Amino acid sequence: MKWLIVAKNTFRETIRDRVLYNLILFFLLITASALFLGDLTGGNEARTTVNIGLSATLIFGVLIAIFVGVGLVSKEIEKRTIYVILAKRVTRAEFLLGKYLGLCTVLLLNTGLMGIGVSVVVFTVGDLMRAISIWGAVFLIYMELCIITAVALVFSTFSSPILSTIFSFSVFVIGHFSSALKDIAQSIGSTSAKVFFTSLYYLLPNFSLFSITTQAAHGNLPTVSYLISVTTYAIFYILILISLAIIIFQNRDFR
Amino acid sequence: MKLAVEIENLTKDYKIGFWHKHTVRALDNLNLKVEAGQIFGLLGPNGAGKTTTIKLLVGLIKPTAGNARILGRDIKDIETHQKIGYCPENPYFYDYLTAYELMLYFAELFGLTKDAKKRAEKMLNLVGLHESDWHKPLRSFSKGMLQRVGLAQSLINEPEVVFLDEPMSGLDPIGRREIRELIARLPKRGITVFMSTHILSDIEVLCDSVAILNRGKLAAVGKLDELLFTKETNELEVILRGVTVEALSNEMKSLRVLEKPSGLQIRIKEYELVELISVIKKLGGSVVSVQPVKMSLEDFFVKETAKQEAK
Repeated sequence: MKWLIVAKNTFRETIRDRVLYNLILFFLLITASALFLGDLTGGNEARTTVNIGLSATLIFGVLIAIFVGVGLVSKEIEKRTIYVILAKRVTRAEFLLGKYLGLCTVLLLNTGLMGIGVSVVVFTVGDLMRAISIWGAVFLIYMELCIITAVALVFSTFSSPILSTIFSFSVFVIGHFSSALKDIAQSIGSTSAKVFFTSLYYLLPNFSLFSITTQAAHGNLPTVSYLISVTTYAIFYILILISLAIIIFQNRDFR
Repeated sequence: MKLAVEIENLTKDYKIGFWHKHTVRALDNLNLKVEAGQIFGLLGPNGAGKTTTIKLLVGLIKPTAGNARILGRDIKDIETHQKIGYCPENPYFYDYLTAYELMLYFAELFGLTKDAKKRAEKMLNLVGLHESDWHKPLRSFSKGMLQRVGLAQSLINEPEVVFLDEPMSGLDPIGRREIRELIARLPKRGITVFMSTHILSDIEVLCDSVAILNRGKLAAVGKLDELLFTKETNELEVILRGVTVEALSNEMKSLRVLEKPSGLQIRIKEYELVELISVIKKLGGSVVSVQPVKMSLEDFFVKETAKQEAK
Protein backbone atom coordinates (compact mmCIF):
# COMPACT_ATOMS: atom_id res chain seq x y z
CA MET A 1 0.00 0.00 0.00
CA LYS A 2 2.94 2.33 -0.69
CA TRP A 3 0.83 4.15 -3.30
CA LEU A 4 -1.58 5.17 -0.53
CA ILE A 5 1.26 6.82 1.43
CA VAL A 6 2.45 8.63 -1.72
CA ALA A 7 -1.18 9.65 -2.44
CA LYS A 8 -1.56 11.02 1.11
CA ASN A 9 1.56 13.12 0.68
CA THR A 10 0.49 14.33 -2.78
CA PHE A 11 -2.85 15.40 -1.28
CA ARG A 12 -0.98 17.34 1.41
CA GLU A 13 1.37 18.85 -1.21
CA THR A 14 -1.49 20.07 -3.40
CA ILE A 15 -3.61 21.35 -0.52
CA ARG A 16 -0.63 23.47 0.61
CA ASP A 17 -0.14 24.89 -2.89
CA ARG A 18 -1.14 28.55 -3.24
CA VAL A 19 -2.08 28.12 -6.91
CA LEU A 20 -5.03 26.00 -5.81
CA TYR A 21 -6.47 28.75 -3.59
CA ASN A 22 -6.02 31.42 -6.28
CA LEU A 23 -7.99 29.29 -8.73
CA ILE A 24 -10.75 28.59 -6.20
CA LEU A 25 -11.00 32.33 -5.45
CA PHE A 26 -11.44 33.08 -9.16
CA PHE A 27 -14.10 30.37 -9.39
CA LEU A 28 -16.05 31.91 -6.48
CA LEU A 29 -15.86 35.38 -8.05
CA ILE A 30 -17.15 34.11 -11.41
CA THR A 31 -19.96 32.05 -9.87
CA ALA A 32 -21.03 35.02 -7.74
CA SER A 33 -20.96 37.26 -10.82
CA ALA A 34 -23.41 34.81 -12.47
CA LEU A 35 -26.04 36.15 -10.04
CA PHE A 36 -25.74 39.63 -11.51
CA LEU A 37 -25.56 38.37 -15.09
CA GLY A 38 -28.67 36.28 -14.41
CA ASP A 39 -30.58 39.49 -13.64
CA LEU A 40 -29.94 40.66 -17.19
CA THR A 41 -31.41 37.54 -18.78
CA GLY A 42 -34.98 38.33 -17.82
CA GLY A 43 -36.29 35.37 -15.85
CA ASN A 44 -33.57 32.85 -16.69
CA GLU A 45 -31.38 33.54 -13.67
CA ALA A 46 -31.19 29.87 -12.61
CA ARG A 47 -30.33 28.61 -16.10
CA THR A 48 -27.64 31.25 -16.63
CA THR A 49 -26.21 30.58 -13.17
CA VAL A 50 -26.01 26.82 -13.86
CA ASN A 51 -24.38 27.43 -17.26
CA ILE A 52 -21.78 29.86 -15.93
CA GLY A 53 -21.21 27.95 -12.66
CA LEU A 54 -20.67 24.53 -14.29
CA SER A 55 -18.50 25.97 -17.07
CA ALA A 56 -16.36 27.69 -14.41
CA THR A 57 -16.17 24.40 -12.48
CA LEU A 58 -14.87 22.66 -15.61
CA ILE A 59 -12.43 25.40 -16.63
CA PHE A 60 -10.90 25.85 -13.16
CA GLY A 61 -10.87 22.11 -12.60
CA VAL A 62 -8.98 21.66 -15.89
CA LEU A 63 -6.52 24.39 -14.90
CA ILE A 64 -5.81 22.59 -11.62
CA ALA A 65 -5.66 19.16 -13.29
CA ILE A 66 -3.18 20.32 -15.94
CA PHE A 67 -0.98 22.74 -13.97
CA VAL A 68 -0.79 20.58 -10.86
CA GLY A 69 -0.91 17.31 -12.83
CA VAL A 70 2.05 18.25 -15.03
CA GLY A 71 3.98 19.34 -11.94
CA LEU A 72 3.29 16.06 -10.12
CA VAL A 73 6.24 14.29 -11.70
CA SER A 74 8.22 17.05 -13.42
CA LYS A 75 8.60 19.07 -10.18
CA GLU A 76 9.90 15.97 -8.41
CA ILE A 77 12.47 15.44 -11.18
CA GLU A 78 13.42 19.12 -11.44
CA LYS A 79 13.96 19.49 -7.69
CA ARG A 80 15.53 16.03 -7.46
CA THR A 81 13.17 14.98 -4.64
CA ILE A 82 12.41 11.89 -6.71
CA TYR A 83 15.95 10.58 -6.08
CA VAL A 84 15.40 9.82 -2.42
CA ILE A 85 11.89 8.46 -3.00
CA LEU A 86 12.85 5.95 -5.69
CA ALA A 87 15.91 4.82 -3.70
CA LYS A 88 13.45 3.68 -1.02
CA ARG A 89 11.30 0.58 -1.15
CA VAL A 90 8.79 2.13 -3.55
CA THR A 91 8.31 0.90 -7.10
CA ARG A 92 7.99 3.44 -9.88
CA ALA A 93 4.44 2.19 -10.54
CA GLU A 94 3.48 2.72 -6.86
CA PHE A 95 4.95 6.22 -7.00
CA LEU A 96 3.01 7.21 -10.14
CA LEU A 97 -0.24 5.67 -8.96
CA GLY A 98 0.07 7.44 -5.62
CA LYS A 99 0.76 10.77 -7.28
CA TYR A 100 -2.25 10.34 -9.58
CA LEU A 101 -4.69 9.26 -6.90
CA GLY A 102 -3.50 12.03 -4.55
CA LEU A 103 -4.39 14.68 -7.12
CA CYS A 104 -7.68 12.95 -7.98
CA THR A 105 -8.63 13.19 -4.29
CA VAL A 106 -7.88 16.93 -4.29
CA LEU A 107 -9.97 17.31 -7.47
CA LEU A 108 -12.82 15.40 -5.86
CA LEU A 109 -12.77 17.81 -2.94
CA ASN A 110 -12.51 20.85 -5.22
CA THR A 111 -15.18 19.77 -7.68
CA GLY A 112 -17.44 18.88 -4.75
CA LEU A 113 -16.94 22.29 -3.16
CA MET A 114 -17.45 24.06 -6.49
CA GLY A 115 -20.61 22.00 -7.07
CA ILE A 116 -21.90 23.03 -3.63
CA GLY A 117 -21.07 26.65 -4.53
CA VAL A 118 -23.10 26.46 -7.75
CA SER A 119 -25.99 24.65 -5.96
CA VAL A 120 -26.11 27.31 -3.25
CA VAL A 121 -26.17 30.13 -5.82
CA VAL A 122 -28.92 28.39 -7.87
CA PHE A 123 -30.89 27.73 -4.69
CA THR A 124 -30.51 31.44 -3.79
CA VAL A 125 -32.29 32.41 -7.03
CA GLY A 126 -35.11 30.08 -5.94
CA ASP A 127 -34.72 26.95 -8.10
CA LEU A 128 -34.36 23.90 -5.85
CA MET A 129 -34.86 21.38 -8.70
CA ARG A 130 -31.99 22.78 -10.76
CA ALA A 131 -29.84 23.03 -7.60
CA ILE A 132 -30.18 19.23 -7.32
CA SER A 133 -30.08 18.38 -11.02
CA ILE A 134 -26.61 19.87 -11.53
CA TRP A 135 -24.98 16.96 -9.64
CA GLY A 136 -25.04 14.53 -12.57
CA ALA A 137 -23.14 17.14 -14.60
CA VAL A 138 -20.76 17.80 -11.67
CA PHE A 139 -19.99 14.07 -11.46
CA LEU A 140 -19.19 13.87 -15.18
CA ILE A 141 -17.02 16.99 -14.94
CA TYR A 142 -15.06 15.18 -12.22
CA MET A 143 -14.64 12.11 -14.46
CA GLU A 144 -13.39 14.35 -17.27
CA LEU A 145 -10.88 15.96 -14.88
CA CYS A 146 -9.60 12.52 -13.88
CA ILE A 147 -8.92 11.74 -17.55
CA ILE A 148 -7.20 15.12 -18.09
CA THR A 149 -5.00 14.47 -15.01
CA ALA A 150 -4.00 11.09 -16.44
CA VAL A 151 -3.20 12.76 -19.79
CA ALA A 152 -1.03 15.36 -18.00
CA LEU A 153 0.68 12.58 -16.05
CA VAL A 154 1.56 10.66 -19.24
CA PHE A 155 3.08 13.73 -20.90
CA SER A 156 5.02 14.73 -17.76
CA THR A 157 6.77 11.34 -17.61
CA PHE A 158 8.77 12.08 -20.77
CA SER A 159 8.30 15.72 -21.73
CA SER A 160 9.19 19.15 -20.32
CA PRO A 161 6.56 20.92 -18.13
CA ILE A 162 5.82 23.55 -20.81
CA LEU A 163 5.34 21.01 -23.59
CA SER A 164 3.31 18.74 -21.27
CA THR A 165 1.00 21.68 -20.46
CA ILE A 166 0.57 22.55 -24.17
CA PHE A 167 -0.07 18.89 -25.13
CA SER A 168 -2.57 18.38 -22.30
CA PHE A 169 -4.52 21.54 -23.19
CA SER A 170 -4.56 20.42 -26.82
CA VAL A 171 -6.02 17.04 -25.86
CA PHE A 172 -8.66 18.82 -23.72
CA VAL A 173 -9.69 21.17 -26.57
CA ILE A 174 -9.60 18.53 -29.34
CA GLY A 175 -11.41 16.05 -27.07
CA HIS A 176 -14.35 18.48 -26.91
CA PHE A 177 -14.52 18.64 -30.69
CA SER A 178 -14.06 14.92 -31.16
CA SER A 179 -17.08 14.49 -33.42
CA ALA A 180 -15.65 17.15 -35.75
CA LEU A 181 -12.64 14.85 -36.31
CA LYS A 182 -14.99 12.13 -37.52
CA ASP A 183 -16.77 14.57 -39.84
CA ILE A 184 -13.43 15.74 -41.28
CA ALA A 185 -12.34 12.11 -41.81
CA GLN A 186 -15.58 11.37 -43.70
CA SER A 187 -15.50 14.48 -45.87
CA ILE A 188 -11.81 14.45 -46.78
CA GLY A 189 -10.62 12.89 -50.07
CA SER A 190 -7.07 11.84 -49.22
CA THR A 191 -6.81 8.31 -47.78
CA SER A 192 -3.83 9.09 -45.56
CA ALA A 193 -5.61 12.14 -44.13
CA LYS A 194 -8.73 10.00 -43.62
CA VAL A 195 -6.67 7.43 -41.69
CA PHE A 196 -5.00 10.22 -39.66
CA PHE A 197 -8.23 11.91 -38.56
CA THR A 198 -10.01 8.60 -37.92
CA SER A 199 -7.10 7.44 -35.76
CA LEU A 200 -7.16 10.73 -33.85
CA TYR A 201 -10.92 10.31 -33.31
CA TYR A 202 -10.44 6.88 -31.76
CA LEU A 203 -7.23 7.69 -29.88
CA LEU A 204 -8.25 10.94 -28.21
CA PRO A 205 -10.85 10.97 -25.43
CA ASN A 206 -14.33 12.02 -26.44
CA PHE A 207 -15.05 14.74 -23.88
CA SER A 208 -18.39 15.72 -25.46
CA LEU A 209 -19.78 12.62 -23.70
CA PHE A 210 -19.04 14.28 -20.35
CA SER A 211 -20.53 17.63 -21.26
CA ILE A 212 -24.16 17.73 -20.08
CA THR A 213 -24.16 21.31 -18.78
CA THR A 214 -26.93 22.44 -21.13
CA GLN A 215 -29.10 19.51 -20.04
CA ALA A 216 -28.46 20.40 -16.37
CA ALA A 217 -29.25 24.06 -17.07
CA HIS A 218 -32.69 22.94 -18.26
CA GLY A 219 -33.14 20.97 -15.04
CA ASN A 220 -32.77 17.53 -16.65
CA LEU A 221 -30.90 14.72 -14.94
CA PRO A 222 -28.93 12.17 -17.01
CA THR A 223 -30.13 8.56 -16.89
CA VAL A 224 -28.33 6.09 -14.59
CA SER A 225 -27.38 3.87 -17.57
CA TYR A 226 -25.80 6.89 -19.31
CA LEU A 227 -23.80 7.72 -16.18
CA ILE A 228 -22.62 4.09 -15.85
CA SER A 229 -21.56 3.79 -19.49
CA VAL A 230 -19.67 7.11 -19.49
CA THR A 231 -17.99 6.23 -16.16
CA THR A 232 -16.92 2.85 -17.58
CA TYR A 233 -15.49 4.64 -20.61
CA ALA A 234 -13.58 7.04 -18.31
CA ILE A 235 -12.17 4.25 -16.10
CA PHE A 236 -11.09 2.27 -19.15
CA TYR A 237 -9.39 5.31 -20.64
CA ILE A 238 -7.67 6.19 -17.35
CA LEU A 239 -6.36 2.63 -16.93
CA ILE A 240 -4.79 2.73 -20.40
CA LEU A 241 -3.20 6.14 -19.74
CA ILE A 242 -1.81 5.18 -16.32
CA SER A 243 -0.40 1.93 -17.74
CA LEU A 244 1.25 3.92 -20.52
CA ALA A 245 2.72 6.40 -18.00
CA ILE A 246 4.08 3.51 -15.91
CA ILE A 247 5.72 1.84 -18.93
CA ILE A 248 7.44 5.11 -19.95
CA PHE A 249 8.43 5.89 -16.34
CA GLN A 250 9.88 2.41 -15.70
CA ASN A 251 12.47 2.91 -18.43
CA ARG A 252 13.48 6.42 -17.50
CA ASP A 253 16.95 7.27 -16.20
CA PHE A 254 17.20 9.95 -13.52
CA ARG A 255 20.58 11.47 -14.35
CA MET B 1 34.08 -12.03 4.68
CA LYS B 2 30.61 -10.60 4.13
CA LEU B 3 30.28 -8.43 1.07
CA ALA B 4 28.11 -5.35 1.20
CA VAL B 5 28.47 -4.41 -2.47
CA GLU B 6 29.64 -6.48 -5.45
CA ILE B 7 29.92 -4.83 -8.83
CA GLU B 8 30.60 -6.85 -11.98
CA ASN B 9 31.45 -5.23 -15.31
CA LEU B 10 29.05 -2.40 -14.64
CA THR B 11 28.78 -0.12 -17.65
CA LYS B 12 26.62 2.89 -18.37
CA ASP B 13 26.25 4.73 -21.66
CA TYR B 14 24.24 7.92 -21.90
CA LYS B 15 22.59 8.89 -25.14
CA ILE B 16 23.12 12.54 -25.94
CA GLY B 17 22.02 15.03 -28.56
CA PHE B 18 18.52 15.95 -29.71
CA TRP B 19 17.97 12.66 -31.54
CA HIS B 20 19.97 10.63 -28.97
CA LYS B 21 22.32 9.60 -31.79
CA HIS B 22 25.57 9.88 -29.84
CA THR B 23 26.58 7.95 -26.75
CA VAL B 24 28.91 8.88 -23.95
CA ARG B 25 30.35 6.15 -21.71
CA ALA B 26 29.97 7.38 -18.13
CA LEU B 27 31.07 4.10 -16.53
CA ASP B 28 33.23 1.49 -18.20
CA ASN B 29 33.34 -2.12 -17.00
CA LEU B 30 33.58 -1.39 -13.29
CA ASN B 31 34.44 -4.29 -10.99
CA LEU B 32 34.42 -3.70 -7.24
CA LYS B 33 33.90 -5.57 -3.99
CA VAL B 34 33.16 -3.75 -0.76
CA GLU B 35 33.34 -5.57 2.55
CA ALA B 36 30.58 -5.05 5.07
CA GLY B 37 31.25 -2.85 8.11
CA GLN B 38 33.69 -0.45 6.51
CA ILE B 39 33.71 3.06 5.12
CA PHE B 40 34.42 2.82 1.42
CA GLY B 41 35.39 5.91 -0.53
CA LEU B 42 34.85 6.38 -4.23
CA LEU B 43 37.35 8.99 -5.30
CA GLY B 44 37.72 10.77 -8.58
CA PRO B 45 37.73 14.10 -10.37
CA ASN B 46 34.48 15.69 -11.59
CA GLY B 47 32.90 13.57 -14.31
CA ALA B 48 34.78 10.43 -13.25
CA GLY B 49 31.59 8.37 -12.88
CA LYS B 50 31.15 8.46 -9.08
CA THR B 51 27.56 9.70 -9.08
CA THR B 52 26.69 7.39 -11.98
CA THR B 53 27.97 4.41 -9.96
CA ILE B 54 25.90 5.34 -6.92
CA LYS B 55 22.78 6.06 -9.01
CA LEU B 56 23.12 2.67 -10.70
CA LEU B 57 23.40 0.96 -7.31
CA VAL B 58 20.32 2.67 -5.85
CA GLY B 59 18.24 2.07 -9.00
CA LEU B 60 17.87 5.61 -10.34
CA ILE B 61 19.47 4.68 -13.63
CA LYS B 62 19.65 1.36 -15.44
CA PRO B 63 22.95 -0.25 -16.44
CA THR B 64 23.82 -0.63 -20.12
CA ALA B 65 25.75 -3.79 -19.24
CA GLY B 66 26.97 -5.64 -16.18
CA ASN B 67 25.37 -6.22 -12.86
CA ALA B 68 25.68 -5.47 -9.16
CA ARG B 69 24.52 -6.97 -5.88
CA ILE B 70 23.94 -5.29 -2.55
CA LEU B 71 24.06 -7.63 0.46
CA GLY B 72 23.87 -10.54 -2.00
CA ARG B 73 20.70 -9.31 -3.69
CA ASP B 74 20.46 -8.10 -7.27
CA ILE B 75 20.13 -4.30 -7.52
CA LYS B 76 17.05 -4.77 -9.72
CA ASP B 77 15.25 -6.49 -6.83
CA ILE B 78 13.11 -3.85 -5.07
CA GLU B 79 13.55 -5.74 -1.75
CA THR B 80 17.21 -4.59 -1.81
CA HIS B 81 15.93 -1.06 -1.15
CA GLN B 82 14.55 -2.10 2.23
CA LYS B 83 18.10 -2.36 3.56
CA ILE B 84 19.80 0.58 1.91
CA GLY B 85 19.90 4.32 2.50
CA TYR B 86 20.79 7.04 0.02
CA CYS B 87 21.63 10.71 0.30
CA PRO B 88 22.20 12.53 -3.03
CA GLU B 89 24.64 15.38 -3.53
CA ASN B 90 23.20 18.70 -2.33
CA PRO B 91 19.92 17.11 -1.19
CA TYR B 92 16.74 19.07 -1.67
CA PHE B 93 13.39 18.19 -0.17
CA TYR B 94 9.73 19.18 -0.38
CA ASP B 95 9.32 22.89 0.43
CA TYR B 96 5.90 22.39 1.93
CA LEU B 97 6.94 19.82 4.51
CA THR B 98 8.71 20.24 7.84
CA ALA B 99 11.76 18.10 8.64
CA TYR B 100 9.63 16.04 11.01
CA GLU B 101 6.84 15.47 8.45
CA LEU B 102 9.42 14.44 5.85
CA MET B 103 10.90 11.88 8.22
CA LEU B 104 7.44 10.49 9.03
CA TYR B 105 6.60 10.24 5.31
CA PHE B 106 9.79 8.32 4.56
CA ALA B 107 9.39 6.11 7.63
CA GLU B 108 5.91 5.15 6.40
CA LEU B 109 7.34 4.28 2.98
CA PHE B 110 9.45 1.66 4.76
CA GLY B 111 6.35 0.30 6.46
CA LEU B 112 7.16 1.82 9.85
CA THR B 113 3.77 2.98 11.00
CA LYS B 114 3.79 2.41 14.76
CA ASP B 115 7.46 3.31 15.24
CA ALA B 116 7.52 6.13 12.68
CA LYS B 117 7.51 8.97 15.24
CA LYS B 118 10.10 7.33 17.47
CA ARG B 119 12.38 6.57 14.55
CA ALA B 120 12.01 10.10 13.10
CA GLU B 121 12.96 11.67 16.44
CA LYS B 122 15.87 9.26 16.89
CA MET B 123 17.39 10.05 13.50
CA LEU B 124 16.88 13.81 13.73
CA ASN B 125 18.65 13.69 17.11
CA LEU B 126 21.41 11.50 15.69
CA VAL B 127 22.29 14.03 12.96
CA GLY B 128 22.23 16.84 15.52
CA LEU B 129 19.30 18.79 14.09
CA HIS B 130 18.07 21.01 16.91
CA GLU B 131 14.58 20.14 18.16
CA SER B 132 13.38 23.71 17.60
CA ASP B 133 14.01 23.22 13.85
CA TRP B 134 12.07 19.97 13.50
CA HIS B 135 8.76 21.67 12.82
CA LYS B 136 10.00 24.44 10.56
CA PRO B 137 9.33 24.19 6.79
CA LEU B 138 12.28 22.76 4.87
CA ARG B 139 12.31 25.79 2.53
CA SER B 140 13.73 27.84 5.44
CA PHE B 141 16.67 25.43 5.99
CA SER B 142 20.30 26.29 5.28
CA LYS B 143 22.49 23.99 3.16
CA GLY B 144 24.08 22.49 6.26
CA MET B 145 20.68 21.77 7.82
CA LEU B 146 19.45 20.16 4.59
CA GLN B 147 22.56 17.98 4.54
CA ARG B 148 21.73 16.80 8.07
CA VAL B 149 18.14 16.06 7.04
CA GLY B 150 19.55 14.24 4.01
CA LEU B 151 21.63 12.03 6.25
CA ALA B 152 18.78 11.51 8.72
CA GLN B 153 16.39 10.36 5.95
CA SER B 154 19.04 7.99 4.57
CA LEU B 155 19.16 6.29 7.97
CA ILE B 156 15.41 6.23 8.72
CA ASN B 157 15.10 2.50 7.92
CA GLU B 158 18.27 1.65 9.89
CA PRO B 159 19.91 0.42 6.68
CA GLU B 160 22.79 -2.02 6.42
CA VAL B 161 24.42 -0.08 3.59
CA VAL B 162 24.21 3.66 3.10
CA PHE B 163 25.22 5.44 -0.12
CA LEU B 164 26.36 9.02 0.35
CA ASP B 165 27.09 11.14 -2.71
CA GLU B 166 29.50 13.96 -1.81
CA PRO B 167 28.15 14.20 1.75
CA MET B 168 30.42 17.10 2.73
CA SER B 169 29.86 19.14 -0.42
CA GLY B 170 29.12 22.82 0.19
CA LEU B 171 29.45 22.67 3.97
CA ASP B 172 31.46 25.11 6.07
CA PRO B 173 34.48 23.72 8.02
CA ILE B 174 32.49 23.17 11.24
CA GLY B 175 29.62 21.53 9.37
CA ARG B 176 32.05 19.29 7.53
CA ARG B 177 33.70 18.16 10.71
CA GLU B 178 30.34 17.36 12.32
CA ILE B 179 29.11 15.37 9.33
CA ARG B 180 32.48 13.59 9.13
CA GLU B 181 32.24 12.59 12.79
CA LEU B 182 28.73 11.35 12.23
CA ILE B 183 29.76 9.22 9.24
CA ALA B 184 32.73 7.84 11.20
CA ARG B 185 30.30 6.53 13.85
CA LEU B 186 28.08 4.65 11.36
CA PRO B 187 30.12 1.40 11.11
CA LYS B 188 29.73 1.01 14.91
CA ARG B 189 25.98 0.85 14.29
CA GLY B 190 26.55 -1.96 11.77
CA ILE B 191 26.20 0.29 8.74
CA THR B 192 28.53 -0.01 5.74
CA VAL B 193 29.20 3.40 4.21
CA PHE B 194 29.74 3.75 0.46
CA MET B 195 30.57 7.38 -0.18
CA SER B 196 31.80 9.41 -3.11
CA THR B 197 33.90 12.51 -2.83
CA HIS B 198 36.60 14.48 -4.53
CA ILE B 199 37.83 15.92 -1.22
CA LEU B 200 41.00 13.94 -0.48
CA SER B 201 41.26 14.92 3.20
CA ASP B 202 37.80 13.45 3.89
CA ILE B 203 38.85 10.14 2.38
CA GLU B 204 42.13 10.09 4.35
CA VAL B 205 40.36 10.72 7.64
CA LEU B 206 37.31 8.50 7.10
CA CYS B 207 37.85 5.62 4.71
CA ASP B 208 39.17 2.13 5.24
CA SER B 209 39.25 1.34 1.53
CA VAL B 210 39.11 3.44 -1.59
CA ALA B 211 38.59 3.11 -5.30
CA ILE B 212 39.82 5.75 -7.69
CA LEU B 213 37.72 6.37 -10.77
CA ASN B 214 38.85 8.39 -13.73
CA ARG B 215 36.83 8.93 -16.92
CA GLY B 216 34.53 6.10 -15.94
CA LYS B 217 37.31 3.57 -15.44
CA LEU B 218 38.73 2.09 -12.28
CA ALA B 219 42.27 3.44 -11.79
CA ALA B 220 43.08 1.84 -8.40
CA VAL B 221 41.37 0.03 -5.55
CA GLY B 222 42.39 -1.28 -2.14
CA LYS B 223 42.93 -0.56 1.55
CA LEU B 224 44.14 2.99 2.03
CA ASP B 225 47.24 1.99 4.06
CA GLU B 226 48.32 -0.57 1.48
CA LEU B 227 47.78 1.76 -1.44
CA LEU B 228 49.76 4.61 0.07
CA PHE B 229 52.73 2.47 1.19
CA THR B 230 53.56 0.94 -2.11
CA LYS B 231 56.74 -0.84 -3.15
CA GLU B 232 57.37 2.12 -5.43
CA THR B 233 58.02 4.50 -2.52
CA ASN B 234 60.11 1.95 -0.64
CA GLU B 235 61.36 4.61 1.73
CA LEU B 236 61.84 4.74 5.50
CA GLU B 237 61.81 7.69 7.83
CA VAL B 238 64.39 7.41 10.65
CA ILE B 239 64.51 9.70 13.70
CA LEU B 240 67.81 9.62 15.61
CA ARG B 241 69.59 11.43 18.43
CA GLY B 242 73.15 11.93 19.70
CA VAL B 243 74.79 12.72 16.33
CA THR B 244 75.38 15.93 14.40
CA VAL B 245 74.35 16.61 10.82
CA GLU B 246 77.99 17.18 9.84
CA ALA B 247 79.26 13.92 11.35
CA LEU B 248 76.50 11.97 9.66
CA SER B 249 77.02 13.67 6.30
CA ASN B 250 80.74 12.86 6.45
CA GLU B 251 79.96 9.18 6.90
CA MET B 252 77.09 8.86 4.44
CA LYS B 253 77.01 11.17 1.45
CA SER B 254 73.80 12.44 -0.18
CA LEU B 255 71.63 11.93 2.90
CA ARG B 256 68.56 14.14 3.21
CA VAL B 257 68.72 15.28 6.87
CA LEU B 258 66.23 17.57 8.59
CA GLU B 259 66.68 18.92 12.13
CA LYS B 260 63.47 18.48 14.10
CA PRO B 261 62.74 19.02 17.84
CA SER B 262 62.44 15.24 18.22
CA GLY B 263 65.90 14.71 16.68
CA LEU B 264 67.34 14.36 13.18
CA GLN B 265 64.90 13.14 10.56
CA ILE B 266 66.33 11.16 7.67
CA ARG B 267 64.67 9.57 4.65
CA ILE B 268 66.49 6.56 3.27
CA LYS B 269 65.80 3.66 0.97
CA GLU B 270 64.99 0.37 2.68
CA TYR B 271 68.31 -1.20 1.67
CA GLU B 272 70.27 1.68 3.29
CA LEU B 273 68.95 0.93 6.79
CA VAL B 274 71.67 -1.55 7.83
CA GLU B 275 74.42 0.82 6.78
CA LEU B 276 72.77 3.75 8.59
CA ILE B 277 72.40 1.85 11.86
CA SER B 278 76.06 0.85 11.84
CA VAL B 279 77.08 4.49 11.17
CA ILE B 280 74.89 5.72 14.06
CA LYS B 281 76.45 3.06 16.33
CA LYS B 282 79.93 4.18 15.29
CA LEU B 283 79.08 7.84 16.03
CA GLY B 284 77.54 6.93 19.42
CA GLY B 285 74.02 8.02 18.55
CA SER B 286 70.68 6.26 19.06
CA VAL B 287 67.67 5.45 16.87
CA VAL B 288 64.36 6.89 18.18
CA SER B 289 62.06 5.49 15.50
CA VAL B 290 61.92 3.87 12.05
CA GLN B 291 58.74 4.20 10.00
CA PRO B 292 57.75 3.45 6.44
CA VAL B 293 57.15 6.58 4.37
CA LYS B 294 53.62 6.79 3.04
CA MET B 295 52.77 8.52 -0.14
CA SER B 296 50.26 11.33 0.35
CA LEU B 297 46.82 10.53 -1.00
CA GLU B 298 47.09 13.55 -3.25
CA ASP B 299 50.34 12.28 -4.80
CA PHE B 300 48.84 8.84 -5.17
CA PHE B 301 45.67 10.20 -6.74
CA VAL B 302 47.56 12.35 -9.26
CA LYS B 303 49.93 9.46 -10.08
CA GLU B 304 47.15 6.90 -10.61
CA THR B 305 44.93 9.15 -12.70
CA ALA B 306 47.90 10.18 -14.86
CA LYS B 307 48.92 6.53 -15.24
CA GLN B 308 45.41 5.60 -16.30
CA GLU B 309 45.13 8.43 -18.81
CA ALA B 310 48.43 7.40 -20.37
CA LYS B 311 47.02 3.93 -21.14
